[in-house]
Amino acid sequence: MTEAKPSSNNQHTIFVCQGTGCVSGKSIEITEALEKAVAELGLQGIKVDYTGCHGFCEQGPVAFVEPEDIFYTHVSVEDVPEIVESHFRDGQPVERLFYKDPVTGEAVPHFKDIKFYSKQQRIILRNCGRINPERIEDYMTAGGYQALPKVLEEMTPEQVIDEIKRSGLRGRGGAGFPTGMKWEFCRNAPGDQKYMICNADEGDPGAFMDRSTMEGDPHTVIEGMTIAAYAIGASEGYIYIRAEYPLAVKRVRLALKQAEEKGLLGQNILGSGFSLHIHVKEGAGAFVCGEETALMASIEGKRGMPRSRPPFPATSGLWGKPSNINNVKSLATIPVIITMGADWYASTGTEKSKGTCVFALTGKIANSGLIEVPMGIPLREIIYEIGGGIPGGKKFKAVQTGGPSGGCLPAEYLDQSVDYESLTAAGSMMGSGGMVVMDEETCMVDIARYFLSFTQAESCGKCVPCRVGTKQMLDILERICAGEGRPNDIDLLQELGEQIKAGSLCQLGQTAPNPVLTTLRYFRDEYEAHINEKRCPALSCARLISFYILPDKCQGCGICMRACPAEAITGDKRMVHIIDQEKCVKCGTCLEVCPPRFNAVVKVSGEEITVPSEPVPVTAEKQ
Amino acid sequence: MIALIKDNLTKADVQDKLQEIFSRYQGEKQELIPILQDTQEQFRYLPAAAMKEIGRFLRIPESTIYGVSTFYAQFKLTPLGKRIVRMCRGTACHVRGAAKVLSEIEKQLGIKAGETTDDMEYTLETVACIGACALAPTMTIDKETYGKMTTKKVAEVLGDRSKAEQQ
Repeated sequence: MTEAKPSSNNQHTIFVCQGTGCVSGKSIEITEALEKAVAELGLQGIKVDYTGCHGFCEQGPVAFVEPEDIFYTHVSVEDVPEIVESHFRDGQPVERLFYKDPVTGEAVPHFKDIKFYSKQQRIILRNCGRINPERIEDYMTAGGYQALPKVLEEMTPEQVIDEIKRSGLRGRGGAGFPTGMKWEFCRNAPGDQKYMICNADEGDPGAFMDRSTMEGDPHTVIEGMTIAAYAIGASEGYIYIRAEYPLAVKRVRLALKQAEEKGLLGQNILGSGFSLHIHVKEGAGAFVCGEETALMASIEGKRGMPRSRPPFPATSGLWGKPSNINNVKSLATIPVIITMGADWYASTGTEKSKGTCVFALTGKIANSGLIEVPMGIPLREIIYEIGGGIPGGKKFKAVQTGGPSGGCLPAEYLDQSVDYESLTAAGSMMGSGGMVVMDEETCMVDIARYFLSFTQAESCGKCVPCRVGTKQMLDILERICAGEGRPNDIDLLQELGEQIKAGSLCQLGQTAPNPVLTTLRYFRDEYEAHINEKRCPALSCARLISFYILPDKCQGCGICMRACPAEAITGDKRMVHIIDQEKCVKCGTCLEVCPPRFNAVVKVSGEEITVPSEPVPVTAEKQ
Repeated sequence: MIALIKDNLTKADVQDKLQEIFSRYQGEKQELIPILQDTQEQFRYLPAAAMKEIGRFLRIPESTIYGVSTFYAQFKLTPLGKRIVRMCRGTACHVRGAAKVLSEIEKQLGIKAGETTDDMEYTLETVACIGACALAPTMTIDKETYGKMTTKKVAEVLGDRSKAEQQ
């Protein structure tokens, strides 16, 4: 099956993923157990190492062995002795831990053969999961810190800006503004002190791209940031990271220290005369700080509230000085563009959206994880080929991109190309990279309500349309989900949404209505069912669903009665059980615990099922 | 409303530790948020007595400090329980049933999100996203992450934790 050679012949390294997902699956303990087991057996030439996020979080904890590129999935501490003895001592990789193709059931030993990886094109994430993020040498061996000397020795700031402009790179934070132009504005702004800021305040719920990049390859972000600072003429830099990401903070701080020690950062970098000092600022939990003017207020130690633009940060930003802000992923791309050239980069993607984009693919999808694909790829390919489709044989309903600022696209858009223009035209947006898949059990009105509850809570309160408008929209959505929707609610939501978009001060308010407006556009029937028929088609809104025990199927086993947390079920041995609809809290426990061979509990919305008013003798045939 | 209950620390209680924190800073206004973060790490909340001292150190009014500390979700003005339980309410967790898991935790701890149990053992919070979406729905207890949560796993996870404490 594999061509792995016995370990005595050469050096082997097992890399255990220590991204956030795998760490919660105890991958640190696994690494330690591996080290111990290798030492106990006295095996020579076996190195135990770790990497950042490998991307395939669904299969975690994962590990891979070089040079034979064997990929292990769902590893546990208990598997360690077998891996060490069988693979490292006897040269027999552990087939049991290989990835299993969900369709054929075949074991796939190499990750390059797994569809999840083979369809991807990794530029931003090129080193994530491949190198140890806590060693600068590993980054350098992988080709890192080659772009920076090239820039400092051979290029003027104008040439750097020109190269980035030619590459067609656009801001990966979501809005897609051309990065080279942004740099040029700041370069040309008058001022002796300029600031370079990295926006790592990844706040979208359902997104972890920036986190994984910083945890898996912090040096590429620092190298990109240093090049950007050189291009705009900044000598001070800030990386603003969410405090909720402690591992990213730790690894970035360590990487900064290592870069300084090597003379790649700090005073007179590589003897070029150019200096840059980078400081880490930890965010304190405010979504709005992802907005650039709010982020700068936060760095200044103030409440993170946005201000109106102009003046734009390029001319008057941090402490009133010209400042440039780029997203983590934009900066991680810079070193590659410099090393490989603008033309190489621009050869990937569509006419207007160049290069690749990173998505955190989550929700009702078989292969959750972190992926990077060329711009222009159809949604269908991401969801069905890389993502492996919807689990449990359920039907695809929608895909949500752009987080709370984006929208939900229905099945008709599955063949849509993924790029800035197409997604915006469809009413959603590229966003920072969250991609949440929803199936038939997801209620679109509830999703709209969910996003509004998020933006409403995160609205800073400075401007009225956002502060008051989102609250009004949320109130309406809450009553629709509770079955108290009024006939004109849809029109009201539409009107409010358009006004909030037009009247809000910053992007948070200007985009907050998007999840509502897109669901109104594509799933209007679900709103109408909630309002007019008091019915939730996805059987999801608790106030609109009911559970019944079918009298012709119930065997009177009593499992549901004992499991019911609300004590809403009455019954007796061999008596048909009855749910008291008044007491029922709609938790669905009875449906979960009813033995599949009886299948007696049903969930319905908008219909009533006739059941006896009190327990009656079981009539169903004994199973 | 900010209820400053159970905040009994006095100036004498906080002074030494604050001096140690202040020694790492220059006393510039922009240092307010990092100082608040360090203070909270030290006391696990922001004692009113500390706010006064921070104001003196940075030469800014206490009202500004309260303004900043109530703006950011990270800062707490009341003491937290010994263990912090956080339920993720990110999109991925939401579509995979986080709300049900949260109500089960609320039921088992007997408190609502944002509250602390009377015995000061647990504080229950919700977070926008902890960035472990592939494991949705997720919750954390202190620094431990628990993925693919179900209502059934709640008792196990909370119980697991109390067992671990006893050992």
